[in-house]
This record gives sequence, structure tokens and C-alpha cells, in this order.
Amino acid sequence: MSENGAVPRRGKVLTLDTMNASVKKVEYAVRGPIVQRAVQIEKELKEGVKKPFDEVIKANIGDAHAMGQRPITFFRQVLALCTYPELLDDNTFPEDTKNRARRILQACGGNSIGAYSASQGIECIRQDVARYIERRDGGIPSDPDNIYLSTGASDGIVTILKLLVAGEGRTRTGVMISIPQYPLYSAALAELGAVQINYYLNEEKCWSLDISELKRAVEAARQHCNPRVLCIINPGNPTGQVQSRQCIEDVIRFAAKEGLFLMADEVYQDNVYAEGCQFHSFKKVLFEMGPEYSSTVELASFHSTSKCYMGECGFRGGYMEVINMDPDVKAQLTKLVSVRLCPPVPGQALMDLVVNPPQPGEPSYATFIKERTATLRALAEKAKMTEEILNTVPGISCNPVQGAMYSFPRISLPERAVQEAKAKGVAPDMFYCMKLLEETGICLVPGSGFGQKDGTFHFRMTILPSADKLKVLLNKVKEFHQRFTQQYS
Amino acid sequence: MTENGYHHERVLTVDTMNPRVKEVQYAVRGPIVLRAVQIEKELKEGVKKPFTEVIKANIGDCHAMGQRPVTFLRQVLALCTYPELLEDNKFPEDAKSRARRILQSCSGGSIGAYSASQGIEVVRQDVARYIERRDGGIPCNPDNIYLSSGASDAIVTMLKLLVSGEGPTRTGVMITIPQYPLYSATLAELGAVQINCYLNEEKCWSLDVNELHRALEAARKHCTPRALCIINPGNPTGQVQSRECIEDVIRFAAEENLFLMADEVYQDNVYAEGSKFHSFKKVLFEMGPEYSEKVELASFHSTSKCFMGECGFRAGYVEVINLDPEVKAQLTKLVSVRLCPPVPGQALLDVVVNPPQPDEPSHATFMEERTTILTRLANKAKMTQEILNQVPGIQCNPVQGAMYTFPRLNLSQRAIQEAKEKGQEPDMFYCMKLLEETGICLVPGSGFGQREGTYHFRMTILPPPEKLKIVLAKVKEFHQRFTERYS
Repeated sequence: MSENGAVPRRGKVLTLDTMNASVKKVEYAVRGPIVQRAVQIEKELKEGVKKPFDEVIKANIGDAHAMGQRPITFFRQVLALCTYPELLDDNTFPEDTKNRARRILQACGGNSIGAYSASQGIECIRQDVARYIERRDGGIPSDPDNIYLSTGASDGIVTILKLLVAGEGRTRTGVMISIPQYPLYSAALAELGAVQINYYLNEEKCWSLDISELKRAVEAARQHCNPRVLCIINPGNPTGQVQSRQCIEDVIRFAAKEGLFLMADEVYQDNVYAEGCQFHSFKKVLFEMGPEYSSTVELASFHSTSKCYMGECGFRGGYMEVINMDPDVKAQLTKLVSVRLCPPVPGQALMDLVVNPPQPGEPSYATFIKERTATLRALAEKAKMTEEILNTVPGISCNPVQGAMYSFPRISLPERAVQEAKAKGVAPDMFYCMKLLEETGICLVPGSGFGQKDGTFHFRMTILPSADKLKVLLNKVKEFHQRFTQQYS
Repeated sequence: MTENGYHHERVLTVDTMNPRVKEVQYAVRGPIVLRAVQIEKELKEGVKKPFTEVIKANIGDCHAMGQRPVTFLRQVLALCTYPELLEDNKFPEDAKSRARRILQSCSGGSIGAYSASQGIEVVRQDVARYIERRDGGIPCNPDNIYLSSGASDAIVTMLKLLVSGEGPTRTGVMITIPQYPLYSATLAELGAVQINCYLNEEKCWSLDVNELHRALEAARKHCTPRALCIINPGNPTGQVQSRECIEDVIRFAAEENLFLMADEVYQDNVYAEGSKFHSFKKVLFEMGPEYSEKVELASFHSTSKCFMGECGFRAGYVEVINLDPEVKAQLTKLVSVRLCPPVPGQALLDVVVNPPQPDEPSHATFMEERTTILTRLANKAKMTQEILNQVPGIQCNPVQGAMYTFPRLNLSQRAIQEAKEKGQEPDMFYCMKLLEETGICLVPGSGFGQREGTYHFRMTILPPPEKLKIVLAKVKEFHQRFTERYS
């Protein structure tokens, strides 16, 4: 207290120096610096600033609706009925939508989606999710009690990682993640202070997974941490590879042998485009490998309403299925999720519809199938177009986009450009992407945001804009690349 | 290791898992609620019990207890969800114009798109205007508003930012006891030091600055106190702090260099005559620049309480005042990892802060519904206090606001002994017996914190008045039976 009783002038309580050090280490490129610049440019355009383009194209994020994809009619009808049940008297809504809505509302406290649900998620929805999984996996049983609904898959992923982080120094939990990876993983590991163990996907072999690379990574990691977890994203983000069944078996065998908890991020499970590719659920493969594996390997698999053909990112719907989890740990998990009360109920309702869609014979079936098929077909065409066009560019090589929603092409950058980037203190592919943004308005995410082999450069671009727009985009990227290469050669 | 070289011990066990998670407790959905759910299942299976239903008076969930959603809110949301309804002339024009405005601010015109991580800009602007109106014109910058998945999400995020140091420099966070156990759970998970400041039960749960001083000085010996959390109106206590108290707290935070967290989710739930909600921000600014330019404040609001009761939507916001710009950039970065708060919830919040105006078609109905809900809550608050205070051995402070009563129970030595032998907190022992005998699920005071040697329970005032009367009568009977049995 100073002499005249005035409040002492000290520095702020919360500064970069006093704040949580782990949070400072967190990066999330998908909404990082390049996106902040893109948003700024949008504002400048609105204010009438002249630019070589008249709109910013946000091809940085897997947001289907933002890029013009339409919601599935059936889902929105049921959700509207759940939101405003007076509409149940409205005969513009088909009977199957009303049945779904009534069933969901009956499962809600006070028959309202405004009530908290059970923390693990509405029970009848978890039952529906379990049945969906059983159908998907050829009848392999799924126990609804092993299903936890979540606020998007991200929420479930972070919760499981949280449970797994323990130890200190050499006993600190190490988590294996494929490089390139979706940066939720690196961000969560940084925040939790876990050790990130990179295993490199093989770009020359279509981003496939090599067990020898897993072995290398885990052995190196054992020198300085305690590897406990192996994360895999299939279909892959950002790479789009769809792993073969053989590969999935190898991973399971590896996890079993090395004592690793397996986390299978399968949010793109319906997004499979390439001929010869098929989605194999980790759980299904695990069980088909027999009890030696299916009764021992600890697995968590994740799904979401944000991708596939739904694209309902804003609803933040998702679930995880936990297999072979220690019952005492499961009780801890149940306790942990209770603190946040429950996942958003509209998102839970949506997930129920995703796993319980219109059946043949129901009024909404034809339209539903038509919309679903059109959406997935459009994505498959755009995946192909993207790969084809980018591969016509000297200096860009693009692996087949087998699945998911992104291309992750490798770009050759002239030495001069690499040097200039370094002089500016910026990753070379960030330097490239920033120039692309400033010159064309196209916002991509540099490969450095996902991880990549040293000395290689990439960008991640979504395949989501409408086909016409996508073609224009790809050609602008092509032109830019040629300009850039010339400029810096 | 088995013969063929495979590990059969689990990777993830209670010994190998995150030890901090083991420390986390959340009584509102804890063991007593697990038992209540089990009992519900037993009832469904036809097991005979002294009651026919379980009453979940453990959680502040209005709709679950029969409160109806506000019509206008649900109409706008339905229009946002299924925009084809914009052609439907059952919906009033003001609902449609709100929906159109929200949809225009969504990418691709869809609430299924991700929003900006900080929340839809137009919604944040509307929230800022709401705050300005509430606070008598004190400016609010939309850039200081962060929408969140319920208030809980934002509270956890802010606490996360604040936790640092080790040992004597580890962040200490002051919280008023009894507290809403999100705080204790989060502090346990983050490994921060919880610093308890006891509210004064004898003075209607008011806050004494002397007690803040005591707690702070004791805490300085073993940690670095950095934050002070206040819940006003209070949960579980229901006290509405006086303006003077709020000024004292602000002065204390300024002098002692503490980051102030004001949980104001019950701001419309004020019932007692003479009680009034004073927003921390408003009081801060009315205290002049010496405070308003210095004190770091985060205030939290939600769509789960007040007159809306829309818990399931998980919507809320935090307003940050005087946050260091570099820390703010870190906050912005941190929330981006989870992409965005649920968009239906953001839309709901927009309508809450932008309700029908006097000249709009939906105004009359909206006001009627809002007033009815708040009046009913006020009546139930009064009824609860009156009936419980008739019970010998139960003393209930006035329920000035919020949604709960937190009465004190006299428990006999015998009861306390038996509880201890069972390894249970005495008020958990009491509440468990109440549950088994009457089907009424309350939360024991030990779940919120209380002075040593005192016992309480938290009960919501939310069941419809007739049901609430019955519940209170049963609690009264139970207490008398219990007292006799253990005398």
C-alpha cells in the first residue's frame, strides 16, 4: 500500500511469465497465424481495399457446410422437431422424422433437449450407437456401456489422453502419433505435458504405415520416456490415406507386443474414394484376430458428426467406444466426464440420427440416400480432380486422395525461397502459403503445421469447395506455384 | 509376459493413470446420484420400494423438473435448424428476422458449419450490447467476449491459463466455501492449490473481507495465490452479495494482486426483497479508473440457468477485462484447438441477449413466460425456506437467489459415529438414507465444502410447487425419523 492509500501499481497478475507454461507450447495450425491473416484480409476486402482477388477461400479447414455442402434434410427435420415439438402437429414433416423426434424427446429429462443428459450421453442413443457399430462390424457385439458421447471427437480424444498422462522424466507418458498428424494431437500433448513420439508415414508408398518405422520410433522413445499410447488416424488427416487391412493387423499386433493403448481416430470412416480402398474398423479387425488380441488390446475408437456425409461440425457431436478398458479406470473416466455435465444434447440427438438413419420402406429413405450418395460422390470426384490437377504442376506431387477431405501435396521450393523464409524466421511452407494467400486469397495450411520429414515441404488443402470453384482454385494454385518457382529460381 | 511374448497386464490401470484425475470429485453427479440411477432401474424392474419415483433434486436442471422452454427461443432455433420453416407462417416475423440474421453470420448459411473459435462475431456483438444495457452503459468490447460450451468450459479455460509454478510458487486459487464443485474438481485436475475462504453462515452466507485476508495470508506460506473466485448469486448457498461486499472484494483483489473470476450464471435469479444483482464489472467501473483500469476480471454467464434453463445446449460466455494482450492472444489460440463452441448454443445465447422488444410480435408472450418462470422460482425459494425452517434440527438461510437451498442439519453424535464407521461423511450417510427411504436425491454438503463439524445438504427448488411441497414434507418427516432413530 502506498502512502496515500492508493492501490499499488504492480504489474498484471496474469502475464506471459506467470501463465501456464504448457499452454504457451500449444500450437494449432488449422486455425493458426495464416488463418488470422486470412480473416484480416476478409475485413480489408469488406472495407473496400483493392486486392488481386475478391474473396478469401478458406480451404484450410474441413468444414463442409462452410464450403456450400447442404445439410441432410432428414437430420434437420428431426432436430427441428426436437427443438420445437409443436411442429409434431405440422403435417409437412414426414412420419419417420416425427417418430425419431418423439423417441429422442422421451429420452430427455422433462422431454426437453434443454435438460442436461446423463454425463455419458443419453442411454437410448448410446444403445443406437452400439447397434450401428455392430452392423458396421459384421455383428461383433458392442456394449452401450462402453460408449461415451462427446462434444465432437476432439473432446473424447483429449479426455482419453488426459487419463493416460502420468509419470515424470523418464517415466513420463509417451504418445506415438503419425507424422503428418492432425494438430489436435500435438496441441493436446503439449498442453498435458506428455511426450510426443513421432512415427513417419511413408510418402513414397502413399503415406502407408511401416511397422519398422513404428519400432524405430518406440525404441528411440524408450530412452527418454514411457511410451504408453499409439494414435492412428484412419482414413488419414491430413494425408487422406486409407490403411490396408494388413496394416491395421500389423498395428494391432505391434500395440499388443509393445504394451500400447491404441487410439483409433476414425472420423472419416465414410469418406473412402479410391478404388481398391476400404475402411476397416480397428475394432472389427481386432476381434477378427481372435481372443489373444481382442481380449487384451486396450482400444478407444472415435467418431464424429463433423465429417463423412453429414458435415455437421457446428453441432459438436461425437462418441468414443472403449474396448478392454480396466473397470476401475472406466469408473474414473465416468467420473471425469461428469464434471462437465454432459455433451451438447442437440449434438447427441444428431448422432442418434446418423447411426439410426431412414430405413428402406420409410418415407424419408429415398431422399436421404439420394442426398448421402450425392455428397459422397461429389467428394470422391473432387478428391480425384484435386490429385489430377495438382500432379500436372511441375514441382508439386500429390499422393492419391484415397479418403478423408484433404490433399497434402509435396511442394518443391527453390533454395532461394527456403533461404528467404529462414531469414524471415518463418517455415518455408508457411512463407509459401502466406504469399499464396496474399496473391490469390486462397488460405491453406502449411505442412509444417502437421509435421513432415525434415527438408520436405507440403500444404494441406481441403477438397470441399464446389467442383467448379475447386477447379478455379486448383488452377490458381498451379499458376501461383509456377510464378513462385520462377520468382525464386 | 506370456510365452509367445505378449503383455497381458493392462497398459492403463489406476496405478498408471493420471494421478490428478484420481483426485477429482464432482458431488453433483457423484456416488449418491449413481445410487439414485440404480434405484430408478430397480423401480423399472418392479422392485418394491417405499416410493414410486426418484426425485432428482441434486442438479440445477429446470427442464428436467418440468419447466417449459421459452417459446421464442425455441422458435428461432427451429428456424435456424431447418430454414425451410422460414416459409411457414406459423412463425412470427421477429423470430424469422432473428433466425435470418444468425444464419447470415454462419458460414454457408448453416449452423452446421464451424464458427470462429471465439464465437460468431455478430453474437459476440449482441452479447456486448446486452452487457452494456445491463451495466448502465459501461462500454463492452465484443473482442473481450469469448463464447463457450456452457460457463464451465470458460471457467476451466481461465483457470488453465492461471496455473503455473511449482511448490511455493504454485498457483493458489481462492474459492468461497461452500462452493460449486466444478472449481474444486478443476483445481484438482490442474494441480493448482485450492484456498478455502469460508462464507459466514450466521450472516446469511455473506463474505467477510477479514476471512479473505486470513485465508490469503495462510496460503502465502505454501503457494502463490493468483486468483479469487466468487459465485454471485451463490451456488449452493443462494446468497446475493451486497454492493458493498462486491466493492470490498474488488478492493481486496486490487490490493492483493489477484485475478478476479466472477461466476454470475444466476444473475436473473434474485428473489429476496432488498437483494439485487450487482455485476462485478459494473461495480468495478463505478469505482473509478484506479480499479477499472487495473483489476483483471473474468465474468461468466450461461444459458443453463436464469429463466431459460437450457442446460442441454451448453452455451455460455466469458467477458475478460484488463487481460494482458499477450495472454489474450494465448487464450485465443487455446480455444482454437477445440474449434468452436456448439453453434446451436451460440444461436440460443444470441436470442437470450437479444430478446423480443416491446414493439415486436413475440414480446407479450415472451415477457409472460419469463415473468412466470422467475415468479414461480421466487415462490418456491420462499416456500422451501419456510418449510425447512419449521423442522427442528434444520436451519435454512433465506434463499435470496440462484436455485438451491443449503440448510444446516443437526446430526447426533450416534449418527456421526455410525457414518464414520461406514467410512462415510455424516451428511452423505444422511442423504443416502433419505434416498433409500424416500427416493429423494440431494447432494450432501460435504460435496461442496463446509466448516468442520457442520453438516448440510443441497436441494434444488426446481420441482413444480405441488411436488416441491411433498418433497419438503417428506424431508421433514425423514429428518424427524432420523433424529429419533439416532438420538
